[in-house]
Amino acid sequence: MTIAVMTADQVAGELRSGMTIGIGGWGSRRKPMALVRAIAASSIADLTVVSYGGPDVGLLIAAGKVRRLVTGFVTLDSIPLEPHFRIARQTGAISLTELDEGMLHWGLLAAANRLPFLPMRAGLGSDVMRVNPQIRTIRSPYADGEEFAAVPALRLDVALVHMNRADHRGNGQYLGPDPYFDDLFCQAADRAFMSCERIVPTAELLSGGPMQSLLINRSMVHGIAETPNGAHFTSCVPDYGRDEEFQALYAGAAASPEGWQDFRETYLTGNEDRYQRAVSAFREDKAEAAEAAGVTGGWA
Amino acid sequence: MSGGSPTLAEICVVACAEAWRGDGAKVASPMGIIPTLGARLAQHTFEPDLLLTDGEATLLAPAADGSRMAEGWLPFRQIFTTLAAGRRHIMMGASQLDRFGNQNISCIGDWARPRVQLIGVRGAPGNSVNHPISYWIPRHTRRVFVEQADMVCGVGYDRVTGLSEVIRRQHELRVVITNLAVLDFGGPDHAMRLRSVHPGVTVSDVADATGFILAAPLRVPQTRLPTQEELVLIREHLDPDARRDQELV
Repeated sequence: MTIAVMTADQVAGELRSGMTIGIGGWGSRRKPMALVRAIAASSIADLTVVSYGGPDVGLLIAAGKVRRLVTGFVTLDSIPLEPHFRIARQTGAISLTELDEGMLHWGLLAAANRLPFLPMRAGLGSDVMRVNPQIRTIRSPYADGEEFAAVPALRLDVALVHMNRADHRGNGQYLGPDPYFDDLFCQAADRAFMSCERIVPTAELLSGGPMQSLLINRSMVHGIAETPNGAHFTSCVPDYGRDEEFQALYAGAAASPEGWQDFRETYLTGNEDRYQRAVSAFREDKAEAAEAAGVTGGWA
Repeated sequence: MSGGSPTLAEICVVACAEAWRGDGAKVASPMGIIPTLGARLAQHTFEPDLLLTDGEATLLAPAADGSRMAEGWLPFRQIFTTLAAGRRHIMMGASQLDRFGNQNISCIGDWARPRVQLIGVRGAPGNSVNHPISYWIPRHTRRVFVEQADMVCGVGYDRVTGLSEVIRRQHELRVVITNLAVLDFGGPDHAMRLRSVHPGVTVSDVADATGFILAAPLRVPQTRLPTQEELVLIREHLDPDARRDQELV
């Protein structure tokens, strides 16, 4: 199978309104933000988003793309609460399927294995069962007879993940500390699109990391996009850490409609290239300011 | 450097460390600065087999030269299995915690349209039916210690009575450590009970800051003070920059 090498906008063009999309990464870590930005700028709407939520969820909510969110949390990690998610919940702008984070894993695992559900103890006794009346329980057919939550499969129309490296055939490699659930997101989806920091020849993949870092194989993926700095401002170690200053800017902007309007105009009204140029300008300003402060400090 | 009398933060670090006493080779998952220092103190002293991560996927052990060395890998997918296997003891926070230990970190008000949206249930439901949980509450107030949690994330003792025998056996809320006191669930029907008060805190201070009737023994002891060895470890080795004080402002 040959897979397509695409731009972020072309990936967004593969999506349709009303789809269920899963987004890899975790919180504010290795999120396919270039793909998310392309979706945010598109005309798609009414998405159901499945995610270990971070600014991917926040950006899509802010762009009015989310009808329902399926998650166990939304956080920016170093900033505990995601402002757009918070506002959307408090104003009733989105519907929520709130699951224990292990239940979300189990739902993806069921979907990836083409099972209707998987049994689990998580959820029982908690209000997750109250706010999700669609989740049923099931009794073990064996001697123990124990009752479990029957976590329904979380089948996805599309999965989006971001890797450190990939080859042009669709094999993906993560080089950071945690694979999160990116392989599972791809396997739970009818179609998966993978962005990456850099496309390298297949023969070079193993010079970057061990065999075990080849998390995604080409059977799981339908299109890839090379998006340098494409997880920004989330972390994508070892290529780069989280841009904490930019994340703080994002979170601060989200606190008021005027602030968000400014942020949107500066960073989100063009394509990915324009975003990356604006981020470079932000970084240069920061570097200059730091240098000026350093000089002043040295002379004072 | 280690001469002064113990601060409240240091007393809390030691109280958190005590939560993991007896756990052996289990993964300690501390949420917050003081719980993290507590777990590391326990690992350095009376609970050397405890496993601790760097906050991401690397398991770190104390090295001979005083630094920390990687001893293993614990990505989220392994954490989920570790917790389901019961080989973990987490110390979580709580925006609300009720008399029987039902915990809320999801939202305040009606779930359908919350007054305040918080982080979400996270792994609290699964943690609570699989392995021990303790709680760290840096500000003991009636806003946190409520009659009823608005959205039950971590499951309390009253809610496991109807669940399976396996869950009832696995369910354990060990201790609640606050800026005022150490509490446990040794009251009638596993209701929350005052175990000890920190120096300078009275039983009525704790009762006043609690939004439900708190069980208490006739004589409430004082929380154990750090030993000299523990103070040296905390001040000179584990937290020379005194980050522990940030959590108690």
